[in-house]
This record gives sequence, C-alpha cells and structure tokens, in this order.
Amino acid sequence: MGEVQIKPLTLNFGPQHPAAHGVLRLVLEMDGEIIERADPHIGLLHRGTEKLIEYKTYLQAVPYFDRLDYVAPMNQEHAFALGVERLLGIEVPLRGQYIRVLYCEIGRLLNHLLNITTFAIDVGAMTPILWGFEEREKLMEFYERACGARLHAAYFRPGGVHQDLPAGLLEDIATFCETFPSVIDDIEGLLTENRIFRQRTVDIGVISREEAEDWGFSGAMLRGSGVPWDLRKSQPYDCYADLDFDIPVGKNGDCFDRYLVRIEEMRQSLRIMRQCIEKMPVGPVQVADHKITPPKRGEMKRSMEALIHHFKLYTEGYHVPPGDTYAAVEAPKGEFAVYLVSDGTNRPYRCKIRAPGFAHLAAMDYMCKGHMLADSVAILGSMDIVFGEVDR
Amino acid sequence: MIEALRDLGEYLSTALADDLQGQEIGYGQLNLLTTRASLIKVLTLLRDDQNCQFKQLMDITAVDRPEQPDRLELVYNLLSLKLNQRIRVKLTTDERSPVDSVAGVFSSAIWMEREAWDMFGIFFAGHPDLRRILTDYGFEGHPLRKDFPLTGFKEVRYDEQQKRVVYEPVKLQQEFRHFDFLSPWEGMLRLPGDEKAEAEKTQEEGA
Repeated sequence: MGEVQIKPLTLNFGPQHPAAHGVLRLVLEMDGEIIERADPHIGLLHRGTEKLIEYKTYLQAVPYFDRLDYVAPMNQEHAFALGVERLLGIEVPLRGQYIRVLYCEIGRLLNHLLNITTFAIDVGAMTPILWGFEEREKLMEFYERACGARLHAAYFRPGGVHQDLPAGLLEDIATFCETFPSVIDDIEGLLTENRIFRQRTVDIGVISREEAEDWGFSGAMLRGSGVPWDLRKSQPYDCYADLDFDIPVGKNGDCFDRYLVRIEEMRQSLRIMRQCIEKMPVGPVQVADHKITPPKRGEMKRSMEALIHHFKLYTEGYHVPPGDTYAAVEAPKGEFAVYLVSDGTNRPYRCKIRAPGFAHLAAMDYMCKGHMLADSVAILGSMDIVFGEVDR
Repeated sequence: MIEALRDLGEYLSTALADDLQGQEIGYGQLNLLTTRASLIKVLTLLRDDQNCQFKQLMDITAVDRPEQPDRLELVYNLLSLKLNQRIRVKLTTDERSPVDSVAGVFSSAIWMEREAWDMFGIFFAGHPDLRRILTDYGFEGHPLRKDFPLTGFKEVRYDEQQKRVVYEPVKLQQEFRHFDFLSPWEGMLRLPGDEKAEAEKTQEEGA
C-alpha cells in the first residue's frame, strides 16, 4: 500500500466560545491534534473608534478609551490624556498625578484578577474566578465612588482628573490594601503549586527574548521572556518616578512565567497604592486654566467669565497646537499608546490607538505552531487578550 | 534626553545620508523622513546598528491628507530597549504606488501592515498575507480615509423572512449633522468681506 496523503483538518474555533475571551474566530489547520497553522480572524468587535474620534472634540474623545480595554478602563484614558497634555504643554498638579497613578494601579489589579482567574478556568481551575471576581467588585466600587461609574469612567481628563476623591475613600482603599494580599495568597495557593495547572502551562507557548522583541511584545508578555522593561520605570510618566516598586521578570518565557509575573505585579501594585495613599498631597486635581478644564459650578453662578469658559469648553472645546506625538503608558496588558496628530483645531486630525493585545495576537500563529489543540487555549489565556482593544 | 536624541539624529544623518529627506525633533521625539525606495534600508539599519538597536516596531499607522499630492503619510514607531529611546520614521506615498513591506525586518509588521491596507488602502509589496483584518468579510472601501463618510455605505440587519443577515445601503433617519464649533475669530483664516483683497493679491502674483 502506497503512502496516503491526508488533507489537514480545518477547525473553526469561536467566535462564540468561552475560551476565546470574547469574539475571536480562530481557524486552525490541524494535523491530528497538532496545530499546523492558526489564523485568527479579528474585527468582530470593530467599532471604528479611531474614525469616531476624528469627529469629536478632544474632551468628547475620552469616553471612547474606556470602551477599548473595558477591563481596566482608566489606564487607556491615561495615554490619551498624556498625549493631549504634551501637545498643550501643560503639567497636571501633583494631587491629580497621584490620584491618576492610584487609579491606574487599581486598574492593573482589575485586569490581572480577571486575566489570571479566567486563564485558570480555561485550563480547568474553577475556584479562582469566584474569589477573584469578588475582589474585582470591591475595586469597581472604588471606581464608582471616585467618578460615578463602575466601568466607563471618563475620569482622567486632559489636564487632570474630573473631580476630587470623596472623603473617606482613601481610608477604605488603604483597608483594602491590607486585606487583599491574603486573597492573592489564596489564589496562588490554588494555582502555583497545582499539578494540573503546571502541566498545562509550564513549557507551553515558549517565546524567547529575541522573538518577543521581534513581534513587538510588551508588558507581561515581554517580561515573562526575561526582559526587564517597564515604561513606569524606564520612561516614567506622572509621579511614577517618585514611587518605589520592583519589576518582576520571568525566566523561561512560557505561560507559567507570564502567570507568575502577573501575580507579582499585583503585589507591586499594592505597594504603589499604599505609597500613593501615604504621600497623597493636598491641592487641586486639575490645571487651573479654564480654557482646558471646566470652572467650578459655584463660580459659574457669579462670574460671567466662568460662564463663558464653561459654554466654550463644552461646545467648541479647546484648540490643540499642531503637531504629532506618541504617548505610551504601561497598561496592564502592555504598552498602550496613542499617536495623536493635531492640525490646530478643536478635534484630533488623527488618533491612532496602539493596543498591546493586537501585537500579541499577531504572534498567535507563531506561538501555536506545533502545539496541541488544548495548548492554544492556554496560550491565548496567557496572552491576556481583550477584544475591545484588539478590534478598536 | 533631548541631547541624546540630537546625537542620535546627527549620527543617523551621517550613516543614512542619502536615504533621509530630513529630520526634526518635535515634542521631545525624533522624526525621520525617508522615501519609499529607502524604507527597508533605513529600518534595517535602525534595527541592526550598534548605536541604534531599535529592535521593536511598536506601531505602523498612516495619516490621510487628501489635499496633498502624496496624500498618505506612513508612520513607523520604533522603540529601542537598549537606548530607552523612541524614534519615528515617516514617508509619504500616493494611493496607487506600492510600499515595500517591512514584514521581513520586523515580524510585528505583518498585522500592522494588514491594518494599514484595510484602513487606508496602502498596498504593501512583498507582504506574505495581505488580507483585510478589522473590517467585515467582503467590505469595500478604506474607512479611515478622510473621504470615507463616518456613517459608511452599508448597514446590516437580520431579515426575518429570508432568515439571514442582509446588507442594505445606509438609510439615515436624520441627516448626519456635523457641527462646526470653531470660533469665527480663531478658526477662520479669511475674514468675510476680505475676498477682494485676496483676489487682488493673486492677480498681482499672476502678473
């Protein structure tokens, strides 16, 4: 009997699959249970954010950033706010910077709690998600108390944050910082030494340092491969330069190392949050220039000037000097950046959003090749994909 | 930081003398202007040169300026972990001429170029897999070009009779409203009643 050529099986994974983390359609070419080629089809959640922003004023563009990576909304706004501030040439008052950093780290916890626990459920551990989501609810309550919304915050505005924190909130966050480490320990107790979890993640989806750089990785994906790189340390923005924290780095670049990096990042985030609460200065939370930030309501009742400022700000907005800038922040998923082109009017001429998940998912084919079908789910889970930001 | 960028810019202007059209530092970031022909050479040198080591291509994007002859401006954002620096490489192109794909230099370019093709219709020559990426299967047009309307051309709905999703031309219940909030004294470059003066000036220039 001669050799028989078997046509590879094509398998469609998603877009309605719980392990696809949203709306990913993955077309897999299989040789038995080995993946020969993975072709992710994305764009099912494409909403044309970049196009919409071109038709809005700078202030109206802020809420679109919450809807990108809806797991950690404020970190996205931060990149946009920094970009606009750089073009305007303004500096946020210190209290505003500290509030921003505090809420960015809350966002990092929100993101890592979701990622680690859903990653665990993908590879067969049910319990962490129940514990993790309880904590996420508490964190979203802090979001709500600061800005009124659990998810779509629109809190970081160019020029500072929208409003000051209510009384008592910092104390409650401080209490949370005391109780949360035990939850991390609990989750780690279930996963880190777990035989099944290790069998599913150790040496799966290994990516070397050079490959990670070549594919444009950032965040935990890059650090998992042993690159000590974090924009909060290397190109500090806002008040990160004044704070003391460490950058965890992996050794092998596999799914397990990326998980460990995220766990340690949560502990470091708590460290940053404690320092922010301790050092929180008093003072204004946004720049005093009422051409950019709205005047106080009380002021508007008396002052004609304030009323005009308010009207002009919410109809015309402010004019940003012409130029272009690339503002990047270390979002929980990696380098989130906004490339902003201004033509001197009140609307961005072009606003390109650089999503970390896009670059990570681009390497899906490369990382999955030669792995088993079940490993693709582990790799996808460790990449930390959220389709709001990949599809934009 | 700015000093280091200046040194880097000086070094590059000697290393890539013929391939750079110019360079500038804006808002603390270095921009290099290059041409279609020397794009690959510039990016390869930026990646491999010991004094640059821009090993990561973070982003490729484009800006559409329909009023210019070369309407599309391609922007490559690079990052050097070694130098802790960013650099931007720009080039202009028209909508017809293909641009060489840099997928062979940076793997991350594969999807980013697909996106630029999808959104702006820039054709990348030598790209391994140039398909649309973000838009719908069978989509027509390039949505981020300035002449593409915000509301698009097609809308979809599920048809109960045919039991499938149907595509129809966009029907707007209300005309698309685009407010121009620019202050007349800031946004207007030519004052009303001033057309005569302008016309005279152009006539003089013509004569």
